[in-house]
Amino acid sequence: MLVKLVKGALGHTFARGGVHPPTEKKATQGSAIETLDPQGEVILALNQHIGSPALPVVAVGDRVFVGTTVARATGFISAPLHSSVSGTVTAIENRPSTHASGLAVPCIVIASDGQFTPDLGLKALGDCGKLGRDTLREAVRLAGLTGLGGASFPTAVKLSPPSNHPVETLVLNGVECEPFLTCDHRLMLEAPEAIIAGGRAMARAVGAANIVIAIEANKPDAIAAMKQAAAPYPEIGVEVLPVRYPQGSEKQLIQALFGLEVPSHGLPLDVGLVVQNVGTAWAVHHLLTTGEPLVSRVVTVTGPLVPRPKNLRVRLGTPLREILAACGVDEKVMNRATAILGGPMMGTILLNPDAPLVKGIGGILVMDGSVQERNPDPCIRCARCVTACPTGLLPNELGWFAKTDQFERSQEYDLFDCIECGCCAFVCPSRIPLVHYFRYAKSQIWFAEREKRKADEAKERSDAKKARIEREEEEKRRKREEVKAKMAAAKQEADATKVAQAAEETSGEQA
Amino acid sequence: MLSAILTLGGLALLAGLGLGYAGKRLRVEEDPLVEKVDAILPQTQCGQCGYPGCKPYAEALANGEADINLCPPGGERVIRELAELLGVAPKPLDGAEPVPKVAVIDESACIGCTLCLKACPVDAIVGAVKQYHTVVRGACTGCELCLAPCPADCITMQPLPPDVRQWRWSSPDKVPPSAPSAEENQASDDAPSASKKAA
Repeated sequence: MLVKLVKGALGHTFARGGVHPPTEKKATQGSAIETLDPQGEVILALNQHIGSPALPVVAVGDRVFVGTTVARATGFISAPLHSSVSGTVTAIENRPSTHASGLAVPCIVIASDGQFTPDLGLKALGDCGKLGRDTLREAVRLAGLTGLGGASFPTAVKLSPPSNHPVETLVLNGVECEPFLTCDHRLMLEAPEAIIAGGRAMARAVGAANIVIAIEANKPDAIAAMKQAAAPYPEIGVEVLPVRYPQGSEKQLIQALFGLEVPSHGLPLDVGLVVQNVGTAWAVHHLLTTGEPLVSRVVTVTGPLVPRPKNLRVRLGTPLREILAACGVDEKVMNRATAILGGPMMGTILLNPDAPLVKGIGGILVMDGSVQERNPDPCIRCARCVTACPTGLLPNELGWFAKTDQFERSQEYDLFDCIECGCCAFVCPSRIPLVHYFRYAKSQIWFAEREKRKADEAKERSDAKKARIEREEEEKRRKREEVKAKMAAAKQEADATKVAQAAEETSGEQA
Repeated sequence: MLSAILTLGGLALLAGLGLGYAGKRLRVEEDPLVEKVDAILPQTQCGQCGYPGCKPYAEALANGEADINLCPPGGERVIRELAELLGVAPKPLDGAEPVPKVAVIDESACIGCTLCLKACPVDAIVGAVKQYHTVVRGACTGCELCLAPCPADCITMQPLPPDVRQWRWSSPDKVPPSAPSAEENQASDDAPSASKKAA
């Protein structure tokens, strides 16, 4: 299949829906990325990626360095974890998490010695042009790289397309359509060469001939920087997209660039594409040139209640409280504020600031506590949500089905194609928390599926037990009968001999 | 007149025969009701409904001999689905809504009698004569059938700790999202600041 860039009447943008929330990026788009090191301990959650959780390979008391593997991947869709500081493992226990539930999750806790000594085993791989595809993939897999755009999908999996799915083009996603966030913007501005180099390495790993870098028009400086860095490479193109949310969503971006629709339940691979975040490309380059695995990421800390909004490069596992403090957010502010992880459209509420930074968090917004209050009115059936939905769903119907627990109908109306972008809730004049309803419905359906699986397993085990007991009974019965038959035969024989003896005796007497 | 009657009668006969044949030939094999009911039940084989397992309860339900609200492990979901399948009005559950639990054997008190092994309907307990027994957590359905036979009273039911992989979003109509309570977070959480914040 040939993928070709397509320009519609509106320039490059996706076909339907979408909204224009205020971008609010002014506060941080001009501030250079600063480094923030953790003061005391770092807390590394074992399940900070999509897939099965990592398994610890260190014990309490072990000495570790920056980049030491502390937990290994468990399966194909999984990612290892590395220490982001040098120091000592002090605990492997449950700690508060950034998960939407706020529940404690298993973590490895490392007390930093403040030196940040790198692990001696780390080795730069050098120029990607000389490396084999498998070497590249293996390096990315062992480095625990995950998509840094927010979903935290293990990068190595995306870089290993099955052989029947050839990849023609690699898309580097620098759209950053979420309001407030500027971490990708700053990275493109400050390290365009590194992003290009990382992108070329990934293109090599998937066998893609072309690279398209997608950036929205509200970042002219980043566009200029990337264009300049891409100039020496004819196979790399920089595409400027008009500002429209949710253009950074993988499927919408593919539609905007190529006019192609990723099938329902499908992947970009189905249309010959792989999409990676620019931050991920930077991390790949960093890995190849320094050997350092994924131990830090850029985070935008902003929002109306942040005294000193910043873009920070923070080591993974740093408690969010420390990051907020570095931007002037103190206990007093936190008491009346709501912190949101990610952007305002898709982010979740931070329930406990002691939770550590994980690979998927690109922004922390501190807003007034009132953002949580929606006080929804009844649906007036204006269908603005239908117009706004970029996936072409019916959020009004889906919302009603979720509200009334009609989950089968939700699935008939393609609930699982919803990307939870929040456009519907954003335009709703009745302020109905539609995305929350969808998340509720999805998790109820998953729960029912888990219960069904459990019931099926229990039935299998119970049937197996019944069958076994029956078999044992049958065997016992057969044995009993065998014994009986044997006894009967023995008796018969005895009788026969008796008769014979008697006959002999009589014949003897007669003789 | 006669020809009209004959024609119509003949047509009716033909159509009738055709329909009769089609009905036999194209009959859809329908799942017996018992199987459908059994598929809804949670298969804990706990006998809390008063029948000796899920299948017997399903048979009783299919014959209209049992109420639909006798299955505590199934909770509201099972009642709703049974009501829909059997075309009867849903009723409130007979008893309290269940909390997911698993059996745990206190190994220091276990005498290795194997009585619980025989009682477990899903073979979730492993052990041998005069050896410690233990429960396979993932296979335990929480039916409590092992409690009664244990002569050493060393089996207890323990609620499953909350887990992010099992966690569900609550409906926006119920409660607003808030920090989990101190006990919930306490599962094996030693961070003192966690409970402070939650409170």
